[in-house]
Amino acid sequence: MSTRPLPTLEGVTSPPHAGARAPTTGLDPESREWLRCLRADGDRDPCIARLHHLLLRAARFEVARRKASFAYLRGDDLDDIAQHAADDALVSVLRRLPDFRGDSRFTTWAYKFALLEASVKLRKRSWQGRELPLEPDVWSLFASDDPSLSDAAEQAELLSAVRRLIAEELTPHQRSVLIALAVNGVPIDVLAARLNTTRGALYKTLHDARRKLRARLEQQGFSTQMEDAT
Amino acid sequence: MTERRDPHDQLAHVLGPSAPEVGCDACFEQLDRYVELELAGIDADASFPGLRAHFAGCPACREEHDSLLALISGDAPF
Ligand SMILES: [Zn+2]
Repeated sequence: MSTRPLPTLEGVTSPPHAGARAPTTGLDPESREWLRCLRADGDRDPCIARLHHLLLRAARFEVARRKASFAYLRGDDLDDIAQHAADDALVSVLRRLPDFRGDSRFTTWAYKFALLEASVKLRKRSWQGRELPLEPDVWSLFASDDPSLSDAAEQAELLSAVRRLIAEELTPHQRSVLIALAVNGVPIDVLAARLNTTRGALYKTLHDARRKLRARLEQQGFSTQMEDAT
Repeated sequence: MTERRDPHDQLAHVLGPSAPEVGCDACFEQLDRYVELELAGIDADASFPGLRAHFAGCPACREEHDSLLALISGDAPF
């Protein structure tokens, strides 16, 4: 159990206005109790400490799931990531409390904030100090090391059409986002931080680029019905 | 850099899912309920169309979905 002080929660610790409260009917007793104690007018600190503990366990769960990819990090560094994730998730949960509609259990709802914070931090950590490939070489796309995979006759035409469309039809921003995320495997949160934008905005750029490619391919008579990526 | 060298696989990542999908923000909003429906054996995709396709197109949201599902299905020893 952590002995660190809880993060500063200025502006988010006061109970939400009554008008903003979601209905609590239909909630399971445990969720109802969480809402009651987090919205109490009196001393909420014990309840907030319990919530932080819950979020920390979820953040540690995420760190443990991913730690095989971080063999070079010490256990302390990993736990530090979990601690920071729990701190940030606590701020988010308290700020978003008025939005909790009781569609799920409170704990499930709260966990997702901790898992998000932990996984974003881990992705950023894994790319720390690495250069992002933002000016891609489109023409080397779909080249393969393995000759048995390389441009099988029936696919060669499709691949070359996609290459051409990426080079000629996408905006420079769409092109670099698409190549970074979908080809070079740059984590979306890493790219979002680098480009000073959000995951949602970046995914929309990726989505628009993909739609444009599919639409043009279909106009040119290609079938784009394929299995989804694994 | 994690390059994908199989052209077919690379193409699938470039073109993304063919089915309509939600964006990352809507995905996050719906994730908790979606996962609880999955665990209850209820058709979560019928209630939240567009999430499954989004997981196919967005590795980050997919990982977070998998983690939340794993966390609550263990009903973690908290
Ligand atoms: Zn997403």
